[in-house]
Amino acid sequence: MNLIHGMLGILACQLAGEAIVQLAGIPVPGPVIGLVLLFAFLLWYGEPPPALRRVSDTLLDYLALLFVPTGVGLMVHFPLIARDWLAIGVALVISTAVTLAATMLALRAMLALRSRRDG
Amino acid sequence: MADEITSIWVYLATSPLLWLTMTLAAFALGSWLNHLLGGSPALHPVLLSMGLLIAVLLLTGTDYDTYFEGAQFVHFMLGPATVALAIPLYDHREQILAWLGPLLVAGLAGTAVAALSAVVVGALLGAGPATLLSMAPKSVTSPIAMGVAEKLGGLPSLTAALVLMTGSLGCVMAPPLIRLLRIRDDAVKGFAMGLTAHGLGTAQAFSISATAGAFAGLGLSLAGLLTAFLLPLLVGFLPIQP
Repeated sequence: MNLIHGMLGILACQLAGEAIVQLAGIPVPGPVIGLVLLFAFLLWYGEPPPALRRVSDTLLDYLALLFVPTGVGLMVHFPLIARDWLAIGVALVISTAVTLAATMLALRAMLALRSRRDG
Repeated sequence: MADEITSIWVYLATSPLLWLTMTLAAFALGSWLNHLLGGSPALHPVLLSMGLLIAVLLLTGTDYDTYFEGAQFVHFMLGPATVALAIPLYDHREQILAWLGPLLVAGLAGTAVAALSAVVVGALLGAGPATLLSMAPKSVTSPIAMGVAEKLGGLPSLTAALVLMTGSLGCVMAPPLIRLLRIRDDAVKGFAMGLTAHGLGTAQAFSISATAGAFAGLGLSLAGLLTAFLLPLLVGFLPIQP
């Protein structure tokens, strides 16, 4: 098995995802459907073939690099950021803290509830 | 001689090769700088390389479309990378099935709070609709967040920057919040960090323990999927004035 097979598997899932999004007209990014398709395939197939794992490890190792081209597009939005910078900054700080707290408390409460019920 | 250099520059500045090379070079330099400065998540290599590239483009008077002609080859790999997230998800399938109910409820709560709180606070402080729509998917891993922002009518590149800022903030704020709320279970810490601060939070969760890291990967995937499927349906109910 080589990298071509791994890449082919991933691209085929993405292509199928894009086709489904277009045909069904659902407002979800095509690659997300591709993710679901690949996950469903693996649940049926079992352990991912080594070629697939190698390609996906490589892609996810360099995930950060892949954001750079779009991130640079920020330069096009300087006027918008100059207008909304305070709202953006405050919203991000508050929302990040509230999301962390809400998720931790919700999961802890749910697990406690379950262990008491099973207890 | 100066004329020759100018004409070589004029030729190269419009070729995809130059900006593809510059993207990789800026990322390598950004990673090195981040390492040099102690690996702080507030100075993530992506933020540093974005800053470097924007500075170079502004100084050379190059517009973004010319830059993107070259950088699109890197950008293209985001789609396959999103699909590849299925593999870590598969690796955690047994934990997912065992804790399915609690994880789904906490995942839904966290995902809803992430999008709602950002949009509500932003709207109260007078942010415009394009900003609010770009901010709604900010807790989700970039390839999904950018896809969702585009579908909603936000600005994917603004979303990419907001996602990175959220990731950095999450890494800075998680340790004091964990102490304040007296969270002892590493799975709970990791899940919240992955859900709130995507890949950056997941990387930091692995520094707590392997369990925290595994559940962070799950939080990341679950937040991505829930946001991709639910946010487009919920967006009509958010306080966004067109």
